[in-house]
Amino acid sequence: MNYSLITLEILAVLLGLTVLLADLWVSPSSRKALGLGLVAALGCLLAFAVGSLAPQSGSAFSGLFVVDDLARYFKGFFIFAALAVVVMAVDFAPKFGAGLSEFFALTVFALVGMLFAASANDLVLLFVSLELITVTFFVLNSFQRTRLASLEAGVKYLILGGVSSAFMVFGIALIFGTANSTNFSVLFAKQKELSQSALFLMGLLLVLVGLGFKMAAVPFQMWAPDVYQGSPAPATAFLAVGSKAAGFVLLIRLLVGTVPQITAEWHRLFVVMSGATILFGSLCAIPQRNLKRLMGYSSIANAGYLLLGIVAGSAAGSTAILYYLGGYAFTVLAAFTVISAIANHVESDDISALSGLGQRSPFLAAVLTMAIVSLAGIPPMAGFFGKVLLLKSVLDAAAGHPELYALIAVAVVGVVISLYYYFGVIRAIYWGGQSSNLSTIPVSLATRVVLVACVAGILVLGIFPQGLLKIADHAVAGLSHSSTPAAHKAAH
Amino acid sequence: MDSLTSVILAPVITAVLLLLIPGNFRVVLRLAAILGSAWTAWTAVALFSRFHAGQEGLQFESLVPWVTVGSMNLAYHVGADGLNIGLILVTGLVGFAAVLVSWNIERHVKLFYVLLMLMIAGAMGAFASLDLFFFYFFNELALVPTFIMIGVWGRGEDRNWAAFKITLYLTLGALTALVGLIAFYVAAGANSLDVTVLKAHLATHPLPASTQTWIFPLIVFGFATLVGLFPFHSWAPVGYAAAPTATAMMHAGILKKAGLYAILRVAIPLMPDGAHRWLPVVAVLAVGNLLHCAWVALRQKDLNLLIGNSSLAHMGFAFLGIASLTVIGVTGTVLVMVAHALLAGLSFALSGYLETQTGTLDMTRMGGLLRRMPFYGTAMIMGFMASCGLPGFANFAGEATVLFGSWKSLPWLVIIAAWSGLVIGAVAMLRALRAVLQGPEKPEFSRVSDTDYWRRLPFVMLLSAMVLFGVSPGILTSRIEPAAKAVVAAHRTPSQAGESKAQPAAIPAAATATPGHSGH
Repeated sequence: MNYSLITLEILAVLLGLTVLLADLWVSPSSRKALGLGLVAALGCLLAFAVGSLAPQSGSAFSGLFVVDDLARYFKGFFIFAALAVVVMAVDFAPKFGAGLSEFFALTVFALVGMLFAASANDLVLLFVSLELITVTFFVLNSFQRTRLASLEAGVKYLILGGVSSAFMVFGIALIFGTANSTNFSVLFAKQKELSQSALFLMGLLLVLVGLGFKMAAVPFQMWAPDVYQGSPAPATAFLAVGSKAAGFVLLIRLLVGTVPQITAEWHRLFVVMSGATILFGSLCAIPQRNLKRLMGYSSIANAGYLLLGIVAGSAAGSTAILYYLGGYAFTVLAAFTVISAIANHVESDDISALSGLGQRSPFLAAVLTMAIVSLAGIPPMAGFFGKVLLLKSVLDAAAGHPELYALIAVAVVGVVISLYYYFGVIRAIYWGGQSSNLSTIPVSLATRVVLVACVAGILVLGIFPQGLLKIADHAVAGLSHSSTPAAHKAAH
Repeated sequence: MDSLTSVILAPVITAVLLLLIPGNFRVVLRLAAILGSAWTAWTAVALFSRFHAGQEGLQFESLVPWVTVGSMNLAYHVGADGLNIGLILVTGLVGFAAVLVSWNIERHVKLFYVLLMLMIAGAMGAFASLDLFFFYFFNELALVPTFIMIGVWGRGEDRNWAAFKITLYLTLGALTALVGLIAFYVAAGANSLDVTVLKAHLATHPLPASTQTWIFPLIVFGFATLVGLFPFHSWAPVGYAAAPTATAMMHAGILKKAGLYAILRVAIPLMPDGAHRWLPVVAVLAVGNLLHCAWVALRQKDLNLLIGNSSLAHMGFAFLGIASLTVIGVTGTVLVMVAHALLAGLSFALSGYLETQTGTLDMTRMGGLLRRMPFYGTAMIMGFMASCGLPGFANFAGEATVLFGSWKSLPWLVIIAAWSGLVIGAVAMLRALRAVLQGPEKPEFSRVSDTDYWRRLPFVMLLSAMVLFGVSPGILTSRIEPAAKAVVAAHRTPSQAGESKAQPAAIPAAATATPGHSGH
């Protein structure tokens, strides 16, 4: 057993516990400094996770836990997201009232869940890591205890999250019952016979319900707008980036890595799911006036675009998902950091709160504009190249499947619709309405650094995609189970 | 650094430098923008003069691999031939003129010039690119600047609506074309979107006609929407009327040509069977531009709407030349594109100056301005006469060439085009001249003054280019013709393969008959 594989997770757990303990000795006035210390620690963790000292590939706990390029890709991704969220939370501190350190610690624990999710090679670990994420988010979402909307968000997430977990457990039970195993490698080896079993397929479908909830894909998207709007901005940002990506990494492992044949057979299901998600998100976003709610619908629409990569069912599709998520993380974190900074200052996250931002804070205005433009998928931003990769992966697979052409048409229509509401935000920034208050919005140095990093990420991924694309390509290339020892054991 | 990259980077570098200047140093910002665009224009002029006329193939070529992962293989590949060298030249000139006429922008000066520089860079990059991905990339670079510029510095009550309308139309067109391009990438199987690679690959592995039949319309109608082909044109006049002068100049003059350029670069030469199937449709729709838009222009009271609609009518000529599929017709199309870039830039610069002086563009309220503004009035007469197709201006040369080139294949369309361009268009333009410049002087415009000396620079520059290319179009045609031949020649190959088995002599005869006309 190679325990060194979970070094990263152990370090993260220790980090969370350290924050909780340090809180006992740190005076309330210097809790922000504690947050900045945590940011520095997460920075070191990120450097460790993407550096050459990171755990080598391998599997541990009898195949439960794997470290491969895919896992490493997502671990770096999750740690960066957590880092940005903690920076956001430091600035957001006055709104929490008490319990800032707990917010930090819970963010780190959610991160631990995501790190495990990235390495999950077994339905049990999949479930446990998802539950760790979900349970911490119950608390994170309702962290503004004096604000009704925040409590409502927490309760909604709790109830719907609970229901989806129940579906998932049921599904896992069915799978275990039919396959005698919950290990992905074993399932991969047996998928031919398992695909004949209706109970197994039923179980798989129920597991997809749970993952669909995480990704906010239709028809499991109902919670997203309310929770996005009600939760404190840092929690929303983490939900939008981390939780969604955790759903997708597990989806890729399960559908593309473990049961590719069944995925191919079910591809109509994913076509419908993807198209409906894109249309629902795009259409419902049109009338929104609240920025965070708008981002909620936009996040649903983006789940739909990401599902295009699953529809493609190819390595290129998964690569596209990874690349798109990379750009999406920078974009959404930049957007939420700006939204959070504005909300701190003007006590509103309505779109009208943005009016005059172009004059008040040209820097924040430019960052938010670039993030929005990237979400809309316009060059030279990251979102454009991601969408191109996704569309290309679907077109690659489209020969002989007319429904894929319809899906592409839906995606194009979705992009055009999304342009309408995204550009409405740009309008509000530069010329929508007159704002009487033209004082500059204060931005802390740490926030500034995160914003510059996000903008650099958006632009670099948009203009020089080669680097990340290569990494994503490698990550997906190592996905196949055929070479792992557990699969051989099961096959013989 | 190679010369084509420097013409793209010049405006980008200027934009970055502008970002470093504090926002309240307005004069410094304006001067920096003028210098930067002058540098761009100068580089473009130098490229044009260094271009070897009459030579086939690409010049100033440069290739840098960009993405090579798996089946993705994209490269930054720029190069110039007859199709784009003229467009690069006018992008430099019109861009410089657009910066010059923006001196009196007062609000958010820095943002304005940064966005304008991005538009110029996008247009330059789009014209210089030989990789279709980069073409699209650069072309879309102008989208967000257009939207913000119309919203922040735009004119009229409707500018909000106009900003969304132009953005959504342009995006829909661009995305349709993008799907077409990706489908083309996948179908061609060359693992590249580089035009030169695709051409070589398709010469040995031609696309099946059925595939071309569905990809061709995606690309052509997608890009044609960006040009304003009837009936996808309604965004253009309202967009230009609401846009600030510089944006209207850049968009109507330059960016609109990118769609035509893409059609000439990729759709016609690389998908000949699709072209056969669909170009008749394009020709019929071009009639919509020629007749409908010219007729609409005739009815306008607002000078900007008049210019916008008449500029759409001129695009009909460009489509007609493409649909003719002859060397002369395609040469004429490129000539029209270059000439119209100068003309549209000039027209919107003129209307912009008029608005700053009179505060209105309603032609029914104007009159007798020629007496107050002799220089301006002369420039306007020259510009509008050029739009009527007066010989001596580049526009006449282009439109006449298109008409000659199309006579053989599309005679009835030529008659319609001549009518619209030379009669309806002329009536519209002459009526506008009469309404604005002639008649009794209006007392409310007694304080209107003519242009200062230095403000004449953009008008003089654009007009002299129009006269130069009008008097000796050979400067352009000698550069365009080899490229136009390549466009049409690539087109002839499969039809020879398909049809000429029955009549081996017929098609080469037709192909050689057309250059015979080009004696002028």
